[in-house]
Amino acid sequence: MGRGFISRGFRGRRREPEGASGRVPPGQYLVDGFPVLSAGPTPRTPLSEWSFSIEGEVNETQTWSWEEFRALPSEEITRDIHCVTKWSKLDTTWEGVSVDTLLEGVDTAAEYVLAFSDGGYTTNLPLEEVTGGKAWITHTYEGEPLSAEHGGPARLLVPHLYLWKSAKWVRGIRLMNEDEAGFWESLGYHNQGDPWREQRYWGD
Amino acid sequence: MIRVAGVPRRLVWRIGEVTESRPETPRTKSLFLEVPDWEGHRAGQHVDVRLTAEDGYQAERSYSIASAPENGRVELLVERLDDGEVSPYLTDELRMGDGLELRGPIGGWFAWETKEGGPLLLVAGGSGIAPLMAMVRHRKAAGSDAPVRLLYSSRSYEEVIFREELEALAAEDEGLEITHTLTRSTPEGWTGYDRRIDQAMLGEVVFSPEDRPLAFVCGPTPLVETVATALVGLGHDPTRIKTERFGPTGG
Repeated sequence: MGRGFISRGFRGRRREPEGASGRVPPGQYLVDGFPVLSAGPTPRTPLSEWSFSIEGEVNETQTWSWEEFRALPSEEITRDIHCVTKWSKLDTTWEGVSVDTLLEGVDTAAEYVLAFSDGGYTTNLPLEEVTGGKAWITHTYEGEPLSAEHGGPARLLVPHLYLWKSAKWVRGIRLMNEDEAGFWESLGYHNQGDPWREQRYWGD
Repeated sequence: MIRVAGVPRRLVWRIGEVTESRPETPRTKSLFLEVPDWEGHRAGQHVDVRLTAEDGYQAERSYSIASAPENGRVELLVERLDDGEVSPYLTDELRMGDGLELRGPIGGWFAWETKEGGPLLLVAGGSGIAPLMAMVRHRKAAGSDAPVRLLYSSRSYEEVIFREELEALAAEDEGLEITHTLTRSTPEGWTGYDRRIDQAMLGEVVFSPEDRPLAFVCGPTPLVETVATALVGLGHDPTRIKTERFGPTGG
């Protein structure tokens, strides 16, 4: 339904700047700001109480304190990001620890992960979507410590998927043999969330 | 998954017909749509709207549903953003009888049904009233007596969306208490709040944490951040505070 439908009188106003061609997925529009979206109050865990864990189907749970986490090698990454609420933002710069680095030495046969956060948020991903240089636990945005509003002190960044997969206030990754729907995934959002295939909702 | 009677449902694009449009304030308009095979929604949910130009160019945005599920038509509240691509089309160009492509309902978190009970604490800023209005209307249509307190921040008296309907609803219903605050200008003789919502105001207006209200907060990000943080500061359970942010993000 809807195929061939034209909105009478709509001409559109493309506002793609120079260099944006081919970088805006279907149904998305560019923003200059960085909108904030979350389902509840912003958690504020003191760094002294913060830790990050790799747990679940692993030989041994790994846990890092904030100091230990910050002592791990960080990478600077510049990526375009895409939110399911339709905005995209080009060339955002982050610093963070590659998930590959965190999984070094972890022995697992798991094929899925569930990222979990302060405040109870979760999101699920196939392990292969967060390994091989595709995902980071970020702590810095545009050269500044990541603000609480945007998910600080640490946020999972999986820039090739819609941004709800990039869990704010992330505290760990659980490795799992079976896929398990996360917060939005169990509320009608797509399990995979590839913006280039416009996988917004279940069945897309 | 979105479940209706236990069956996950794919969200298909449908063409709704605009059967009425009504200016609410100088910058907002309600659009009333007849949507074929609309399967109903829960108060608080939204739809995606898609516009298609002759050359195939498309733009999509999300709009909250302001109508109660009991109402057959889908009512969307649109705030006109001067530099927007979609909202000026919806407020200025779209006419009665036109089709509007949409799909939904979307979002099962920021939603309320009377069976979930109360008390219900609603805090809105500007056009963030839309999903909360759906809850207020749903409560009345379903005959619920769940106590509701609505704290609503607007820039001026003229910009209070749904003002007359809210006044009428509150006048006939002791269970619905509405408090306005006007942040930029107030009419002569105004005795209500005239500042942005802060923790002190919330402390005076909202239910006590012991009443365990279910809180829904919708508006621009600074308001939502302030209110959610202040409610936690007042002792409210963070897991009972649900937020939705409206931003003029370019829509």
